[in-house]
Order: sequence, then C-alpha cells, then structure tokens
Amino acid sequence: MKDPRIWGLKKSPWVYHLAAAPCNNCDIEILELLTPRYDVERFGVVLVGSPRHADALLVTGVLNRKSLPRVLEVYEQTPKPCLVIGVGTCACGKQIFRNSYNVVGPYDKYMPVHAYIPGCPPKPETMILGVVKALAKL
Amino acid sequence: MSGRRIVPIGPYHPLQEEPEFFKLIVEGETVVDLEINIGYNHRGHEFVSPELTYDQVPFLVERICGICSNSHPLACVLAIEDCAGIKPPPRADYIRSVVQELERIHSHLLWLGLAGHFIGYNTVWMWAWRYREHVLELFEMITGNRNHYAMNKPGGVRRDIKTEQIPQILAVMDVVDKKVMMLTKAVLDDPVIRSRLEGVGVLTREQAIAYSVTGPTARPSGVDIDVRRDDPHCAYDRVPWDVIVFNEGDVLAKTKARLFEMMESTKIIRACLKDLPEGPIETRVDEVPPGEGIGRTEAPRGEVFHYIRSDGTNRPLRHKVRAPSFMNIASNVVAVKGGSIADAALTLAAVDPCYCCTERMAAFEDGKMKLSGKDLLRLSWQKTERIRERF
Ligand code: SF4
Repeated sequence: MKDPRIWGLKKSPWVYHLAAAPCNNCDIEILELLTPRYDVERFGVVLVGSPRHADALLVTGVLNRKSLPRVLEVYEQTPKPCLVIGVGTCACGKQIFRNSYNVVGPYDKYMPVHAYIPGCPPKPETMILGVVKALAKL
Repeated sequence: MSGRRIVPIGPYHPLQEEPEFFKLIVEGETVVDLEINIGYNHRGHEFVSPELTYDQVPFLVERICGICSNSHPLACVLAIEDCAGIKPPPRADYIRSVVQELERIHSHLLWLGLAGHFIGYNTVWMWAWRYREHVLELFEMITGNRNHYAMNKPGGVRRDIKTEQIPQILAVMDVVDKKVMMLTKAVLDDPVIRSRLEGVGVLTREQAIAYSVTGPTARPSGVDIDVRRDDPHCAYDRVPWDVIVFNEGDVLAKTKARLFEMMESTKIIRACLKDLPEGPIETRVDEVPPGEGIGRTEAPRGEVFHYIRSDGTNRPLRHKVRAPSFMNIASNVVAVKGGSIADAALTLAAVDPCYCCTERMAAFEDGKMKLSGKDLLRLSWQKTERIRERF
C-alpha cells in the first residue's frame, strides 16, 4: 500500500496561502476561490490560518530579501509531506522584477516546488486545475 | 495588574493578505500604542523602471498593486503625457474614466467583503465578492483580463469599447446599483453591524489633515478632497458626479463613504458611455523631450502620484511613485489608540491598506535598525544631487 500520509494528503487538501512579495492580485484570486462563483470548499479544500494545519502551501509573488527568512520559517513549520505550489508568473520566475536589487532567486533554490501555475494572475479555473494536477501526480 | 503587553500581528497572520507586521502595545484590553513595520513586499519598482522603455513602464507600474492596477498606469501615462506635452483624444479620455470607475467599484466591493470578514460577518464577504464577479466579467470583456488590464499607453488606450459591449456594461451597472443599495441598507439597518462600526477607530478632521491622509480615509473625516474634481483629468470634468464627504470619521462613515462612492461611479460610467465621443483612441507619441512631468489620479484608496523625469531618450531617468496607502497607513497609529484589541483589526483594515504600493525600502538585517530617519533623508538628498548632475 502507498504511504498513508500521501493518501491522507490527497483527500480534501487544506491549503495555506503564503504571500512572499506579491502584488496582491494572485492573493485576491486565491481568496476568490472560496467565494460563491468557484466555492472550492465543495471539494473539501479549506484555506487554513496556520501553516501547521496545512497540506499544501500556495506561494505567491517574488521572494525578496526580507520575506525569504520568514517564508522558509513557514515552510519549516508545515508538516511534511506537503505540496508547494507556486501561483503566478512571479512565483514561476521573477517576472518583470528580475533585475531588481531586492529580489532573490526563484523558489526552487530554497525549497522543493511541486507545481507552477503561470499567469498574471492565473484565472481561478487555472488554479483549481493546477492543484488537481499536482494532487494527481502524488 | 497594570502592565504593557505586546500583541504581535504578522508578518504572516490569518487576517492579512500581505506580509506586514504590527506590534500592538496593550494595557489590559485597551490599545495604547502601535508600531508598524513594513517592507516585506519591497520589489524595487523605481529601480527597475529606468531600465524599461516608456511603452513598457505602464506594464511595470501595473504590477505595483493588483487592486489599483488601472490607477498606477493611468497616473504614469498622465506623467509621460505631461512631459511630452501631448493630449490623448477625447474618446480615450472617456474610456479611461470608465475603466477607472469600474476599478473603483471592484475595489470597494472587495474592501466591503473583507470588512465583513473582519467583523466576523462572512455573509457580507460572500455577497460582496459575488457581485464583484460581475464587474470582473466586464473587465474580461473590455480588456481581456480579469485583473491587470493593460488599458493605458502613452497617448491613449490600447483597446476600444465597442458599441455592442455597451448594453452589457449598462446591465451590470443596474445590478451593481441594486446590490449596493441592498448592502447599504444591510449596513445601516442591522443593529449588530452598526454597533461594531459606529464610533470605532475615529480619525478627527485635524488628525486627518495632520497625517495628510487621502481618498476614502480623508473624506469620511470631513476633508473635502478628490483629485478627480480638484485636478480634472480624463473625462471627470465633463460628466456630472458628486464628492462624498462625511464628518464622523469612524469606520461606519468610511463604510458609508465607500458605498455611496460606488453609486457615484456607476453614475460616471453611465454618463461616459452615453456621450462617448467618436474618433481615434490614441495619438502618436514621437518623442519625450527632456524635462519632467507629473500625473495624478484618484485611485480607490486616494491620490496616486507619479513623477517622471526624462533626458530625451526612450527611457525615464527617474520615476517616483507615491501611493495613497503611504499616508493612510500612518494614520492607523492615532485611529487604534484607545480602542479595544477586538476592534484593532477592523480599524487597521478600515483605511483599505495596500502594502505592496507602499514599500519604499527594506531593512533586512533581521529587523535591526540600520539607518535612522536622518540617514535616509541624507541618502535621499545625495541621490537627488547625483541625478541633478547627470541631468
Ligand atoms: S504574478 Fe502577476 S498578479 Fe501574481 S503577484 Fe505577480 S504581478 Fe501580481
């Protein structure tokens, strides 16, 4: 049988929304997933307030020098195994800020990332698709 | 036992969308002081901007903030046009106003939802965001994207509003009017919501002026300012509308101001679409001569100001941004003082803060203070001198 922890992860994933240095739009679109039009709570996806309860981290925005240590701390607090999903072009690459002095490398330099969802911001449908694909790969 | 305690909020906190850090200093239940520590979101826009051409800069400033993603490019292209000495054609002016007001509606609905969430009234959150979806649909129809519209370019707009789209826009305006009316009634009639908002987080007129707050943070405190009226741009001086001012300065007044502003926005959109002039949507910009230009517009949160200095090439030499939250956030310090901890979250949210607009620097040496205010001032002067030499 498969690892029971993975089996548990696949059912009703609880997500924690982790904003590194976003422009707010990806974050708002993630919240949008909870509202009546998309309502992902139907599928058991819950946005939780603490990384200690989370199965998946949705990271948005570029990583900058000030948020990097905090993001790593949140990642350490998340029980493993956990999914890390980069939402938005900022999280996939460095977007238009690649030459900025305050932006440090991409996420996968610091932690494993399981899926990237490109788009600026990705449409909520795309986000749902991305999470479903990431779960299917487990 | 009387003693001061510190309640930290953030940098990652379930109540916040963005990373920012508040230190509430409390005595018992009462908040006596507040320390704000931001800078988690600094991405260096003003540094990146001079590397881009004037055509690309609007795309960059759009990404300053996802919610005001029309106000920043609009102020930026107004600055570029001011510097180049050109005027966009009238049709572009009207289209800019329509998109700007649509953005105000979606932003205020967003705030209303979050405010409902903060007082534990998630029904308001779900409702407000559901009606916001209609506005986002309009954006998708007009601009091709739900957020980050890329409508403005130096000299005009990128996309036209087609005649067959107008009925749909008007239909959504009817829905928005009806629903905003309903939400207004809900806020004003419900004794529970009223008691959570009334008299909370009061910002008096004197404090509002002393802290130079703008937009829907200033107007509910009796300060009658609105850039759309005071410095006419786009089509705002050609259509009828009113500035909403209240005198109480509490969260209830801020809520009412935003609700009524949405109705003014629908009024502006209707008027703009009614006499939308025919003609081209852009003028050609051949060159931006050496000089400087400013652009300002009323974002949903207050006045956005952009400054562009050109040296005659196709890239700005200096680009300066001042976002409204920069002043509005500072006023939190007086607004939360004397309130209870339970009201603090709502009071902090009442200015509709947007930290990604506001980040100007980052001190990342583990929070230790490296530079004092004086040092920063000196550095800023030195930089101005350097730019002056180059210019
Ligand atoms: S990907 Fe786009 S929408 Fe998302 S945080 Fe980055 S700039 Fe904002």
